[in-house]
Amino acid sequence: MAAISREEVAHLARLSRLAVTEEELDRFAGQLDVILQSVARIGDVAADDIPPTSHSVPLTNVYRDDVVQPCLTQDAALAGAPDTAEGRFRVPRILDEEA
Amino acid sequence: MSTTALPSYEDATARYEPVIGLETHVELGTNTKMFCGCPTEFGAEPNTQVCPVCLALPGALPVANRQGIEATIRIGLALNCDIASWCRMARKNYFYPDMPKNFQTSQYDEPLCTDGYVDVEIDGETVRIGIERVHLEEDTGKTLHVGGATGRIHGATESLVDYNRAGIPLVEIVTKPVPGIGAKAPEVARAYVTELRDIIRSLGVSDVRMEQGSLRCDVNTSLNKPGEEWGTRTETKNVNSLRSVERAVRSEIIRQAGILDDGGKIVQETRHFQEDTGDTRPGRSKETATDYRYFPEPDLVPIAPDPAWVAELKAALPERPSAKRARLREEWGISELDMQSVANAGAVELIEETIAAGASPAGARKWWMGELARRANETGVELAEVGATPAQVAQLQALVDDGKLNDKLARTVLEGVVAGEGDPAQVMAARGLEVVSDTGALQTAVDEAIAANPDIAAKIRDGKVAAAGALVGAVMKTTRGQADAKTVRDLILARLS
Repeated sequence: MAAISREEVAHLARLSRLAVTEEELDRFAGQLDVILQSVARIGDVAADDIPPTSHSVPLTNVYRDDVVQPCLTQDAALAGAPDTAEGRFRVPRILDEEA
Repeated sequence: MSTTALPSYEDATARYEPVIGLETHVELGTNTKMFCGCPTEFGAEPNTQVCPVCLALPGALPVANRQGIEATIRIGLALNCDIASWCRMARKNYFYPDMPKNFQTSQYDEPLCTDGYVDVEIDGETVRIGIERVHLEEDTGKTLHVGGATGRIHGATESLVDYNRAGIPLVEIVTKPVPGIGAKAPEVARAYVTELRDIIRSLGVSDVRMEQGSLRCDVNTSLNKPGEEWGTRTETKNVNSLRSVERAVRSEIIRQAGILDDGGKIVQETRHFQEDTGDTRPGRSKETATDYRYFPEPDLVPIAPDPAWVAELKAALPERPSAKRARLREEWGISELDMQSVANAGAVELIEETIAAGASPAGARKWWMGELARRANETGVELAEVGATPAQVAQLQALVDDGKLNDKLARTVLEGVVAGEGDPAQVMAARGLEVVSDTGALQTAVDEAIAANPDIAAKIRDGKVAAAGALVGAVMKTTRGQADAKTVRDLILARLS
């Protein structure tokens, strides 16, 4: 039994706005399945006395004080953007691509 | 679209029982963002309050702002919630450019605060609104849609994004469904948001200004026939004032009742409140169900508030606005109903500050609940934004008390104050509105009025004192209202006795 179906991979690709070909879907589904099966094996060895773990460090309550730190300049902030206008990031139209 | 006339609100609520629910977002007033040290001040040049963390540059790591955590816990405590002893932030994944990370750091199945309540008073009755959860998340950037009509996303050819707001701490407060309130649903919704705003303002954790977006409200509404299961709900967004909260619920009840009357079905959807018409319109329909793929945020360690700290925060909560109102009601000597209107108008603090600035309780209340409330209502702004300050209102009342302004002139002066012409004394001087206290000038005006109206003068001489009103009117006319009516009357009666 596969851990992830081809349809699930297609769904995730669409959510991530990745254009994936039919062949790629087959290939990625297979690869992701291997990864997920491997991770699932860890679940097999975890005994009841081992709680589910989401963080690798045994820490809680790591905070910083509410003190302003230097920011980037507008130029520096926009330096890596493919396109800008009026001091802002310029992005393609948002609604159409969902159709 | 049905062409059948919509039912009246009375008919709609006679046939159906509404259930409402509210989701409110509060932008916290911290100095810095939730997960980085960028400032949060409103109105800066675009993309000047950003850093590698809030721009999601590779390798940047978030660290939680202690103040944001504390403020969320204090809000939870003030809303009688349980505070989680251990919880995590979560990633809410979605594809939209208002967050450069492609996810919003939020909370999912482990909110910081759960299961509280807020009591509101409606016509002397207490309605308890259950609080489902209070959780912490971050605000998004601002998108500017260009190329389409009037900045709307529909028809836009591209969007421009400013990330100054991205990452500012945002607290989401979700009520449990509120059934059993019948036709009072719109009032209850407004009273709840008002109470919530007052509570949060009293905590000093946000300026909670709806018109500036630091308090935002989504309203869920459904209808069912008495005794039947709850109906399908709609969610109304874009509700940007207390008045709109009330109007949005009301219009949604009427709209849904119209559909149900025709045998139609309510579609579960997001609708947008229209400030100009007062009705709601469908928003963008999402054909695919939202799939946010929440998972615990690996870059932020769990939050485990020390119970002793939580107890300390609880003990230090300020006086509850409702308790404060009860106290002030005593001090001001007004009825519960009057106090309720004061609270609903958002005037408690304004009147309190006006009294502190020297006005009598009655004088302070008169202006805020009269002229200014009327004006705020007409122009659709919050009372606090109407354009007059408590100090100015106190000064206005002092001018009345000193006899420099009569009631009518004071109202004209207040118009000038609201129009931004300065303090009452300045407006009075600039517009020449001071009461004519020069008895010589008044006496001349009185004598002229008597000479011009011999018939009336004769009646008064015969003892028909009530006729003096006509002469007072004539004098007020020649002095353009700038006389004290009682003084004029006394002068007339003295002359004709």
